[in-house]
Amino acid sequence: MSVRPYDEMTAADGGIRPHYRAFADWLERTDASRIAQKREEAERAFHRVGITFAVYGEDAGTERLIPFDIVPRIIPADEWEMLERGLKQRVRALNLFLADVYHDQKILKSGAVPADRVLGNTQFRREMAGMDVPGGIYAHIAGVDIVRAGAGEYYVLEDNLRVPSGVSYMLENRKMMMRLFPELFATRSIRPVQHYPDLLLENLRAVGPKGEDNPTVAVMTPGAYNSAYFEHAFLAQQMGVELVEGQDLFVQNDTVFMRTTRGPRRVHVIYRRVDDDFLDPLAFRKDSMIGVPGLFAAYRAGRVTLANAIGTGVADDKSIYPYVPDMIKFYLGEDPVLNNVPTYMLYKPQDRDYALAHLAELVVKEVHGAGGYGMLVGPASTAEEREAFRARILATPERYIAQPTLALSTCPTFVGAGIAPRHIDLRPYVLSGSDIGLVPGGLTRVALREGSLVVNSSQGGGTKDTWVLA
Amino acid sequence: MLSRTANELYWMARHIERAENTARLLDVTYRTSLLPYEPQEPGLAWAEPWAVPLVATGGATAFYKSYPALTAENVLRFMILDAGNSSSIYCCLRAARESARSVRGAITSEMYEDLNSAWIEMRAHDYQRVQSLGVSEFLDWVKMRSHLFRGVTFGTMLRDEAYHFIRLGTHIERADNTARILDTKYHILLPSAADVGGAVDYYQWASLLQSLSGFESYRKIYSDVISPRRVAELLVLRDDMPRSLHSCLNFINDTLEILCDDHGAELRRQAGELHARLHFGRTDDIIRYGLHEYLMDFLQRVSLLADEVSEHFLVPAY
Repeated sequence: MSVRPYDEMTAADGGIRPHYRAFADWLERTDASRIAQKREEAERAFHRVGITFAVYGEDAGTERLIPFDIVPRIIPADEWEMLERGLKQRVRALNLFLADVYHDQKILKSGAVPADRVLGNTQFRREMAGMDVPGGIYAHIAGVDIVRAGAGEYYVLEDNLRVPSGVSYMLENRKMMMRLFPELFATRSIRPVQHYPDLLLENLRAVGPKGEDNPTVAVMTPGAYNSAYFEHAFLAQQMGVELVEGQDLFVQNDTVFMRTTRGPRRVHVIYRRVDDDFLDPLAFRKDSMIGVPGLFAAYRAGRVTLANAIGTGVADDKSIYPYVPDMIKFYLGEDPVLNNVPTYMLYKPQDRDYALAHLAELVVKEVHGAGGYGMLVGPASTAEEREAFRARILATPERYIAQPTLALSTCPTFVGAGIAPRHIDLRPYVLSGSDIGLVPGGLTRVALREGSLVVNSSQGGGTKDTWVLA
Repeated sequence: MLSRTANELYWMARHIERAENTARLLDVTYRTSLLPYEPQEPGLAWAEPWAVPLVATGGATAFYKSYPALTAENVLRFMILDAGNSSSIYCCLRAARESARSVRGAITSEMYEDLNSAWIEMRAHDYQRVQSLGVSEFLDWVKMRSHLFRGVTFGTMLRDEAYHFIRLGTHIERADNTARILDTKYHILLPSAADVGGAVDYYQWASLLQSLSGFESYRKIYSDVISPRRVAELLVLRDDMPRSLHSCLNFINDTLEILCDDHGAELRRQAGELHARLHFGRTDDIIRYGLHEYLMDFLQRVSLLADEVSEHFLVPAY
């Protein structure tokens, strides 16, 4: 049961893995007091720069930092090559799937994905049926969560195709590491990630409405009190485009304009960080104060592009996730490069019976849950918690999936008592538009509590810089 | 640029400038209050200097609602730290930082970091901390943070619309504040009529000049005793004095010329008219009209100009 999980730095025999050698040597010869001082410096700098998270209400005291750990997560070149190939393949298939379910529904007719799972899904947007989007791209920005388990095999845990966040931490973590420890980068073997905003802008400009050579791009945010506001502002600034709120936009004759100091100005592509439901009070939730009336009509008329498209949630839903390998085979005729975690779909009697008999070993997740909420981690649960989940599963089995509890890989991490292994995951960001691509790296999240497998920042997770070696 | 963004930048600049001028006002008050002089009515007039900042900023009514007595401590608490007084230094820095935060894409990261760290430091102050640091020391810190922010802005920002809206906000606020500080002399009661032109009068004018960083300039330009007429000339009409009304209107006029292009005729007319009054104005006429009356009229015109700026650029009606 308590086999030591795969450690990114140290092999089972206690030796340092080759790709961590240089860093381990540096750690060895660097004075502990210097590192302590640099860690404090990092914390001050993050506060000053204002890279904060979860701001609600007016009191500035409610802003929190996501803890940053200075031990990097290092990925050797050959592993990254495989990850990159697998991620591109997966996102390509997911975009083809979205185009298909909103048009001919070939995959549903073939039976490779059960039609009721898709058409009965609350994330399926009927309004999108039959509508063409530029380039057939729905998920322009995909944040794919990857974990490592067992003897170091990579698994895709989740595809985030709605408004995945966290990329600003990837960029700021790198900037911070270069500022604190420039000597580590002097060997030039760590591949850069700082061109992410350029790549993003290039992709967004490639999906403008038809006939628009020089599209105006804007980032749309719910506002300064959104927990990811820092990131929205950061990306707009880095791309050199306007950061707009719903109140800054208006629609006239199916055309979207911003209110500017020189009068109305047309917007062609909106990188929106607002959920589908809140985009347009005329089309979706009527009580939305952060949307733009008429935006959906303009979108349907092909006068503005939304990135990501509306209705992408139907492809990243946990009830659809088990079918992604089938999509890859169906659309691309290829075998998946990256594996899914084996998943029990509890609406299937056979899966349900197995899961209910093994609750203490499994992780049970709500199909529509996110952020680490609504989850049962079997090995860490009490008998009462398991009974409560059993009742919930029996009441609405279609709302749950179950997966084996993976022994997530660990990475050395600074904790109160020194350096200790903590569980990590990885979220690379795949961009589609002009082409499909990603910067070599991603956001590594770390569960700071000993033994915890939950890396979400809302649950006490931290972050690390992610190095892909050349 | 987005009207909302312009609005936030404009108010960010106004709030920082207001924080600085509040510090200047309190600084001169604090110095004046330390001067030895015989009060006309013992037990009452000793605190008189502390009423001045309240009157000048229009905060007297709000002050008396929350504080029982006019004391140095109460006025300092009210004007520096009171979260319920929207003009307190605390609130000005908070508002400026909130504005910067909501449009941080429009300013440089150095600017945001500078303002954010000023706010973080401000938040760490309570009355004990201000006392132990020294009131003047604290007020100097406020002024230096404002200078620093202006310097970072000047040194890092692209000369785009965002920059010009910041400059516009700074100088509209400064024009207003300089007029208010200058008008304080009108409210300061001299112990007796015989003191006009006497030592107390001299120190009051000198403190006023100091609070507007004009004391040394005055000496340089006039090499003579301080006379009210010259102080008025220096702070109203001279255009080489960076905090004078004329200088502020130069900035406002130039900035509007850049921002307006071929629209905003009424806005440019108002600014041009106000500028012309200072550009072609004569000290004798101001004195004859009455400095206090002149400044009241000026404040009203600046306020109308600010309304027009808001309507035209910042909160458009369409």
